[in-house]
Amino acid sequence: MSGLTNSGWRNDVRAKVTGAAKFTDDLHFADLLHAVPVYSDEVHARIRSIETAEAERCPGVVRILTARDVPGSNRVGQIIRDYRIFADDKIRYNGDVIAVVVAESREAAMQAAKYVRLDAEPLPRVLDPADALAPGAPLIHEQHGSNVINTHRVRRGDAERGMREADVILEHDFQTQFVEHAYMETEVAVAIPRGDGVIEIYGSMQHPFSTRRFTAACLGVPLADIEIVGTPLGGGFGGKDDTAAVVCARAALAARLTGRPVKIRYARDWSIRESYKRHPYKVHYAMGVTRSGKITAVRCTIVADGGAYCSVTPWVTWRSTVQCCGPYVVGNVQCDTTGVYTNNVVTGAMRGFGSPQMNFVVEQMVELAAEKLGMSAVAFRKLNMVKQNSVTITGQKLDTHTVAMGQVLDAVLKEIDYETKLKRATRGEGTEEEMYGIGLAMSYRGVSLGAEGVDFCAAIVNVQADGSVILEAGVHENGQGSETAMILLLAEELGIPADTIRYRRSSTSVIPDSGTTVASRGTIMGGGAVCQAAAELKRTIARSVAEQLSTVPEGVTFSGGRVRAANGESVSFSEAIAYMYSHQQFPYALGVYRAPQVTWDEHTGQGKAYFTWVYGCQAVELTVNRTTGKIRLLNAVAAHDIGRAVNREMVLGQIYGGMAMSIGYALHEEVKSDNGIIANRNLNTYRISRTLDLPPMKAIIIENHDPVSPSGAKSLGEPANEIMAPAIANAVCNATGRRFYSLPIRFPVQTKVPRREEVQA
Amino acid sequence: MKFSVNGKTVFADETLAGKRLVDFLREDLGLTGTKNACDIGACGACTILINDEPMKICTRRLAEVEGAEILTIEGMARTDGTLHPLQEAFISAGAVQCGFCTPGMILTAHAFLLRHPNPTRDQIRRALYGNLCRCTGYQQIVDAVESVIPYYQEHALRSHSFNS
Repeated sequence: MSGLTNSGWRNDVRAKVTGAAKFTDDLHFADLLHAVPVYSDEVHARIRSIETAEAERCPGVVRILTARDVPGSNRVGQIIRDYRIFADDKIRYNGDVIAVVVAESREAAMQAAKYVRLDAEPLPRVLDPADALAPGAPLIHEQHGSNVINTHRVRRGDAERGMREADVILEHDFQTQFVEHAYMETEVAVAIPRGDGVIEIYGSMQHPFSTRRFTAACLGVPLADIEIVGTPLGGGFGGKDDTAAVVCARAALAARLTGRPVKIRYARDWSIRESYKRHPYKVHYAMGVTRSGKITAVRCTIVADGGAYCSVTPWVTWRSTVQCCGPYVVGNVQCDTTGVYTNNVVTGAMRGFGSPQMNFVVEQMVELAAEKLGMSAVAFRKLNMVKQNSVTITGQKLDTHTVAMGQVLDAVLKEIDYETKLKRATRGEGTEEEMYGIGLAMSYRGVSLGAEGVDFCAAIVNVQADGSVILEAGVHENGQGSETAMILLLAEELGIPADTIRYRRSSTSVIPDSGTTVASRGTIMGGGAVCQAAAELKRTIARSVAEQLSTVPEGVTFSGGRVRAANGESVSFSEAIAYMYSHQQFPYALGVYRAPQVTWDEHTGQGKAYFTWVYGCQAVELTVNRTTGKIRLLNAVAAHDIGRAVNREMVLGQIYGGMAMSIGYALHEEVKSDNGIIANRNLNTYRISRTLDLPPMKAIIIENHDPVSPSGAKSLGEPANEIMAPAIANAVCNATGRRFYSLPIRFPVQTKVPRREEVQA
Repeated sequence: MKFSVNGKTVFADETLAGKRLVDFLREDLGLTGTKNACDIGACGACTILINDEPMKICTRRLAEVEGAEILTIEGMARTDGTLHPLQEAFISAGAVQCGFCTPGMILTAHAFLLRHPNPTRDQIRRALYGNLCRCTGYQQIVDAVESVIPYYQEHALRSHSFNS
């Protein structure tokens, strides 16, 4: 049924174009207090004392909170509980919060924050993972015993033998940078102490259940005593998990201790200073290939800078490990990955989750190999890429879905006329001022959490007596349009108009804990749950009305707003519902979608890592100015197999937005550290892509419905954001003959190029 | 102090002269469509129209706009709820994701189209250069603005004329 296609409609869009949408900071409550975090100048230091007396005497101050005020656990975390709600024993990075000032106004709180004093003994700063791993390095977490957060590995075949069988071995080092999510809305939390003892929280966060766990742990209360209510989110991109949850926990603590509603709104400076980033990677990569272009072996070591706390570093680096060979079949693989504690800003989840770094490496390695062999890089890719029934480097046979790697690659090659244009690439030769290049990159990506964690999701469909429908699912609206996608899927399943369905913003006190809306799992998991709920509801309705329609329950179908029997009899959907109510039956269903089984052996690094995969390819044309080094993007094309497009306009938006963010990653985004202190803490100095940075973009949607997904749909958020950087690196190399092994890509002379603002004027 | 906000006369006490305009709109008038996102005029989320000129107001004080005509996102639609064609265009182009930049983006585009009712696509991109969006990659936003050009060509407008 094609009823899902619509032109831009979203359940929340009218509110968003009129200013009526209420984001967390837009909520106001009587008697509201304001709180702000207090940081120190330290990067690594042992805390002797935190002095708050002077700040407490400032006008308007109601209370100042430090680690001493935490009744429950001050240490939280999704994997290792090392993340401090307030710094207690040490300062481990410059974003550690030593206190929170609660006052009658935000200005009063900010004024008083200046008078909170830290007395601490500075410790040596460990800012490079290599230093952190050196024998005798100062330990970031003494009780952890080392600066190693985690290790992962893949062992497949015999890498040594594979290298011996190679005619050519290529070996290169790559490096990537710290990247900020730069969601337009900073972290905000409002906590309200309810009369029944429950703390109710509205927060700019993307993981309500993790937020609830952190908050309950902090307050030392049961999960049921905290209710997180969904609020429109001004962007997340993976970045509103741990830090945003801790901000909510601090607001909750302030509300509990003052007995009044408390709001914390982060300034951009604080957000960039404290919130976790995308991991910088250092990768040593060796690839063995035969003269005919077959990859015989890969050996790689990956070191990820995890920053001061664990966050989800073990999960991020696991995906990097599983996908360390990109979408290529390699029989002999040895990969060793280490996540490392340093005194840098914490790193954690960011759109891509360990794949953008590895794709930057792998998609350049294949081009380097092809070049060395005098072979077309496209032919090299086609020879080695995964195909139907291929076995991945972790031993997973790709036989449960359409392996669309070749399909997306061909779609991009054709759309951009790649082979013809590649012949025009200047490769640094000639004398034209603007050197021309074209490049591409491709990836496959394991969908959802895979063997990282337990993966299931719930949805509730509650039909009212008049036939209108209330839907709620365990995935969170981060701005991507997940609520609308859920509504459209339900409308299709029940055969009713989408505008008769209201999505209820989820509350942790109503919907079962369905995990976090990350890992591009919203549509596949939430949509799966909605389809299951719809199926259950239809069975219930069918049992109830079958006799009325002179048929059996199995013969009842739903379409065109009616409940139908094969004999031609039918009643309207609302009549069927009214009939149920009058016969003491609720048209209500809880749907649960459980991700198919995955397996993982941590010792060998082998297993069915993900229950299904998506495939993507992106290409870009650009010029590089011979004198200034300025890179100008001319055109970009993407093709993604996402199973099925539930909301076409939003799918396109995900692809364009993913490419834009990835272009920033390639060319101008970098969190700069000045001896452990972030130097660029606002959007004037941290440069995200602007209109003029971007080329016209073309997105091709490929739909191979996935049998394991009840809705047929898979994933898109991250795949769209993980391959433009290597595509650009390859295009720059084709333009200039120069290869970039680190991000962002910048010619030294580019510092002479006038700033955009000057160009504008 | 006196000014017009979305066609209505608003009075404010002199003691508020030093208050940030964005805070006045959000806190005192409840017009929360205007957003705080960077506090230094770098992102455009707080853009409103002052006498038909787009202005990032997070660094502006109330006293600076005395006597001015102010248009915020709440004043774009008619009071009967009819959306402005530019708002409709944002919807049909799929130009809205998280929506946090949307009010500033719409108002910047609106001011631009009032002055330049016949722009090229490149001029539109240039006009939106100061407004940041992290979700959309801007393409559908530019599509939306481009699609509504005929409306602005037909109506040589001032910012409030849709409502009056």
